[in-house]
Amino acid sequence: MSREDELRYTSEHEWVEAADGVATVGITGYAAGRLGDVVYVDLPTVGQAVAEGDVLGEIESTKSVGELFAPVSGHVTAVNDTVGATPELVNSDPLGEGWLVRIAYTELPELLDHAGYQAITEAEG
Amino acid sequence: MTDAPPEAPLLRSPLHEAHVAAGASFTDFAGWQMPVRYSSELAEHAAVRTHAGLFDLSHMGEILLVGPGAADALDYALAGRMSAVAERQAKYTVMLAENGGVVDDLIVYRTGPDRFLVVANASNRRTVATELRSRAEGFEVLVEDESDDIGLVALQGPRSLEVLADLEGLDVWPGARETVSAEQALTELKYYRSIPAEFQGRRMLIARTGYTGEDGFELFTAPETLRALWDALLETGRGSGLAPVGLAARDTLRLEAGMPLYGHELGLTILPSQAGIGRTVVLEGKGDFVGRAAIESGAPADAESIFSGRVLVGLVAEGRRAARAGYAVHRTESDHDKVGVVTSGALSPSLGRPVAMAFLDPDLSEPGTTVFLDVRGSRLPATVTSLPFYTRPAK
Repeated sequence: MSREDELRYTSEHEWVEAADGVATVGITGYAAGRLGDVVYVDLPTVGQAVAEGDVLGEIESTKSVGELFAPVSGHVTAVNDTVGATPELVNSDPLGEGWLVRIAYTELPELLDHAGYQAITEAEG
Repeated sequence: MTDAPPEAPLLRSPLHEAHVAAGASFTDFAGWQMPVRYSSELAEHAAVRTHAGLFDLSHMGEILLVGPGAADALDYALAGRMSAVAERQAKYTVMLAENGGVVDDLIVYRTGPDRFLVVANASNRRTVATELRSRAEGFEVLVEDESDDIGLVALQGPRSLEVLADLEGLDVWPGARETVSAEQALTELKYYRSIPAEFQGRRMLIARTGYTGEDGFELFTAPETLRALWDALLETGRGSGLAPVGLAARDTLRLEAGMPLYGHELGLTILPSQAGIGRTVVLEGKGDFVGRAAIESGAPADAESIFSGRVLVGLVAEGRRAARAGYAVHRTESDHDKVGVVTSGALSPSLGRPVAMAFLDPDLSEPGTTVFLDVRGSRLPATVTSLPFYTRPAK
């Protein structure tokens, strides 16, 4: 099973890897490609309570700014400080080293599987 | 119930297939589908600053004026003194509206005693062609929109000269039957000068102009020749670090070079003097021209505009968060009154700091002044600086 198939997705082009009540969140390669070279990432603080749909941070490329939304409700348990210093990780390894936040949750909302997410990106072109 | 008019299909460059094959991402720009980046806009930006970059500019407009009245027609139609431009010389100029605002900024190439090539922004091509035709009435001149029959690529960067001089199939004609090598002719070609040439037997105009702040050339030729030229240049430039460059890097390159972009730093509600290009308006040595009365009156182009009474400045900030077009500028960290507006902004790839161009109240326009940018709710300090942000190193 490939990494893409293991992950779950949102229509906001984020991926979620949920395990043991903690969701690791990043943006998809498709989203990173659309943004262009990421030069700045603004992330929330650890401990912050978040509700599904909240704006958690910003991802900036030379050309545009994208928002990071909370895919689940809970509280932030970790942020990836490495991407703060090397934001290009979001482009080079969006599903791995380019992860952004970890959120402890009690209930996981319904998320898309890889096929469902692919249908969205194909529709967007 | 009425049907909405069908959306006009996007135009594609003659180089479209080459861009697809190179893995480009595309963007819609002024009715064209153009490459925004091939792989990484930062790498493309760096290639132009340190080696060389190749740009597809098929979307630009080219309008030809031919006839004994061409120079006089352009003196009336444009703000510059085109009759004083020598053959093979080029001039950066503007077309003004009656209110003194800018219809478009242009490069005009005099390619013969009675022959001028006007290069317009893609978004303004139709307007400029229409205005030129109407303003040229009564002059002995033909105005032809040749945009569909002239292709354009730009080769920019410190190693442009060596790449172009090495191009196989290129013949450069510096003058009447002189035997001079392409390399010598291109080396001697000065900034804002052009020279007729042939590539694989097809006519081409080579101009030492550009929009990046680097040395470089713009190459005009027939659309059907463009693909062979593009491929041959990339092949020739492989050892010189030449890379194809998309519109994303084109924008950061011109921003660092402090060059205005129509629709951002230039527009119908902005006088040339506000945008730092007052030198393009020539009142001496030529007669009446469209916009002259407004410029002489000193009145704003549009008193209601957010640009009215403000002047273009450069801003440099710390950190990595960039202000973008439309963001407000404030005098202090907390006041409500706006003292200006950002028209372009990005994290400068060359400087590694956020830079922006903004229209500010004149009392704040002195270099060294601190102002505050509203970056999506946070006030970030920025320092007024003179333009350009980047100057290429002297040879």
